[in-house]
Amino acid sequence: MKSLFLAATLAFAALPALAAGLDQPLPDPAQEAKARAIAKEIRCLVCQNESIDESNADLAADLRRIVRERVAAGDDEAAVKRYLVERYGEWVLLRPPFEPSTWALWFGPAAILLVAGGAIWLRRRRPAPAEAAPAPLSAEEEARLAELMKDGDRS
Amino acid sequence: MKGQFRFLLAALPLAVAIGLGGLFYDRLGKNPSELPSVLIGKPAPEFDLPGLDPGQPGFATADLRAGSVTVVNVFASWCAPCRIEHPILTKLAGQPGFRLVGLAYKDKPEATKAFLAELGNPYALIGSDLAGRVAIDWGVYGVPETYVVSKQGEIMWKHVGELTDEVIARELQPLVEKLAQ
Repeated sequence: MKSLFLAATLAFAALPALAAGLDQPLPDPAQEAKARAIAKEIRCLVCQNESIDESNADLAADLRRIVRERVAAGDDEAAVKRYLVERYGEWVLLRPPFEPSTWALWFGPAAILLVAGGAIWLRRRRPAPAEAAPAPLSAEEEARLAELMKDGDRS
Repeated sequence: MKGQFRFLLAALPLAVAIGLGGLFYDRLGKNPSELPSVLIGKPAPEFDLPGLDPGQPGFATADLRAGSVTVVNVFASWCAPCRIEHPILTKLAGQPGFRLVGLAYKDKPEATKAFLAELGNPYALIGSDLAGRVAIDWGVYGVPETYVVSKQGEIMWKHVGELTDEVIARELQPLVEKLAQ
């Protein structure tokens, strides 16, 4: 009974490995870790914003296998990525590369913040325009004022 | 000077709105999950795929440089849109000026053969890519996909998803005619 329970537990424990598809980890742990790290940076093309490391899609499994193959063949990270970009374009990289065509993407938010912040700072720094001194009263107005004041005294 | 600055500030939201409007208009009617192929204008990858039967010729890079324009259709018996696309391919195959070649993607040869026996075989050649490796070299990320390859073996055009009469009339046909000259 106990051994049956153990067997069942082991069988269930193996399920996640099955779910990951026919993935065969590389025998060298260092290489496997490198392959996994690269896979985390590669977009699964048929999913929505998932890396091939997380995805269960068939194509993602195929791409994982290719990443492992390239790593086992001695390719470094840049070479593996170049291999995939040559086939699927830069979109395959989850993190866009830093180059002239992506400068707007990298600098855009900071530029907007700087321009908007600068505009607000400039506005705040400028002193509020001094209020123009009111023009002196004309003779007519003086007379009217005097009359009004007199009026006020009476009540 | 100050008036000018104010005018610019006031015009900014309008400029942004027009810019965004243009961008959205450009994307209108396009499928956002469709990726532009990086292989356009580049030579087709090197490959040599077996046929469906041991004796049968398969499909290799050399076939793309055999002197005619090639339309390469990536398909599979398990792919539902391929079934919908099939009558359109059959119609297309009857037209002159190019060779229609099939690339069976991750499909057991028996299943591909049954699929073609049921619906008819429009392909001049068929290569069986059971592992899906050659398809990855082509940048395939789903089936069906269709490519136009020039006489020199360069990939000129790619369509993701099933072909429609409209896509054929508007894009494929004019391109094939131009390349066939």
